[in-house]
Amino acid sequence: MTTSTTTSTTEARARGRFEDLPALMSLMTGDEKHNPAATSTLDALWVLYDRVLRVTPATADAQDRDRMLLSKGHGPMAYYAVLAAKGFIDPAVLPSFGGYDSPLGYHPDRMLLPGVEISSGSLGQGLPLGVGTALGLRAQGLNGPAVWVLLGDAEFDEGSNHEAVAFAGAYGLDRLHAVVIDNSSATHGWQGGIAQRFAAAGWSTATVDGRDHEALHRAYTAEHPGRPHVVVATVEPKDS
Amino acid sequence: MDTMRERFVDVTTRLLDEDPRLALVLADITAASFDPAHERHPDRVVNVGIREQLLIGAAGGLALTGMRPIAHTFASFLVERPFEQVKLSLSHQGVGAVLVSAGGSYDNPAAGRTHMAPGDVALLDTLPDWTVHVPGHPEEAERLLRHAYADGDRNVYVRLSAQQNETPVAIEPGRLTAVRTGRGGVVVAVGPVLDAVLAATEGLDATVLYAATVRPFDRAGLRAALDAHGGRGDVVLVEPYLAGTSAHAVHEALADRPHRLLALGVPRAEHRHYGSMAEHLAAYGLDAAGLRERIGTFLW
Repeated sequence: MTTSTTTSTTEARARGRFEDLPALMSLMTGDEKHNPAATSTLDALWVLYDRVLRVTPATADAQDRDRMLLSKGHGPMAYYAVLAAKGFIDPAVLPSFGGYDSPLGYHPDRMLLPGVEISSGSLGQGLPLGVGTALGLRAQGLNGPAVWVLLGDAEFDEGSNHEAVAFAGAYGLDRLHAVVIDNSSATHGWQGGIAQRFAAAGWSTATVDGRDHEALHRAYTAEHPGRPHVVVATVEPKDS
Repeated sequence: MDTMRERFVDVTTRLLDEDPRLALVLADITAASFDPAHERHPDRVVNVGIREQLLIGAAGGLALTGMRPIAHTFASFLVERPFEQVKLSLSHQGVGAVLVSAGGSYDNPAAGRTHMAPGDVALLDTLPDWTVHVPGHPEEAERLLRHAYADGDRNVYVRLSAQQNETPVAIEPGRLTAVRTGRGGVVVAVGPVLDAVLAATEGLDATVLYAATVRPFDRAGLRAALDAHGGRGDVVLVEPYLAGTSAHAVHEALADRPHRLLALGVPRAEHRHYGSMAEHLAAYGLDAAGLRERIGTFLW
């Protein structure tokens, strides 16, 4: 199963280009208020799906797939565009964004869209779900698949995240990974930086330029034996 | 006799040995009692600490990987505190878990309002497709827990109380069971209030139905009991949580026929007293004397 996953991943990686994403995103209109939220995730999501995650449309239901949980469900246009570029979504559905019969809402719904691991929109649900997913894979002896959860710096205000960060660090849940997109949108900020909250709980951490694909890739693929890993991807402030 | 909570520990510990799909998530409450299970199954018995949003979120994640999660703590911290996680990390994700609570509405009144959850079943009523079991005896608790763990991927709530009946009823999960028949109306007793209801209706010509499952509500069973024992559509509901929680289910079951309903249970008003369970049951009118006065007045 691992071999076939690797092969199909290689095939999938031949699909789509980063340069295609703006055109795909422009097909989705109506949620412009969340444009900053959408574009802040674009590079981080692209590098994950293009170079890191072992999941393709063909393996979207495979038990040993990597899982990417979009916790920060706001502004999912970049997410949908990446999924379209990678073949999970037919680009022809993108213009239906937000429509009554569309599978593409302003917040994603896993029951409507293949390849979407969780339904999100209420902030702070994803990291606890990611903890449970990592626990479930471990309990089934599946130590290969990685679990990734994408959060925002303002989403990190929600206390449920802190329950998950403290537990995952103490438990040494090393197949759990978080990406925090930091566009300085948290109302009261995070004095001293977000990474140190994770570090204090025992996580491996990296803080990188969220527009630098090589830096993102290095941070995503850093070794972190025995510990969960967080990548804080810093991008331009939301209000700039 | 053991308590239902003790039976939960015994049954779950045994079934964790037999069913590799089961996983138990705890938030400190009852955790020490599961130490032997944790030693045997460290990856499937996980105590997350006093973190109830994570308790339910982690259960949702376990279910996403195909496991059958069981989450347990006091009712107030299992349903009320993380209610949005129950709504979104379970129901909305399209996955299921078994939530097993202790403490109920009035098990430990000396602990005060913070440890009372009379609204738990009413809250779950706002969500689609939940099964709610309210056993009244450790034997029934075992039967319903086994049923819940094997109940596909459904969301199931099992409400365990320190109040329990002297003897078990031979229940069929999901069905009302007639424990006494009469012609002067039907009294539906839910779980641990059965003994008080039987004492209160002693000598009255009424049918007593027993419900250890309240969702889905056994509408056909209620209609059949009314059909079998006379035409009067008089129904009394006695529930060990918020009064009227199942009133809508009774009205839906009897929507096409004239009927009257008296719905008894824990009052909505906050009862700002400590003390014992017996004192609270008396104050709520849920002891035999209080029930007899209200049921007798309503039915005759």
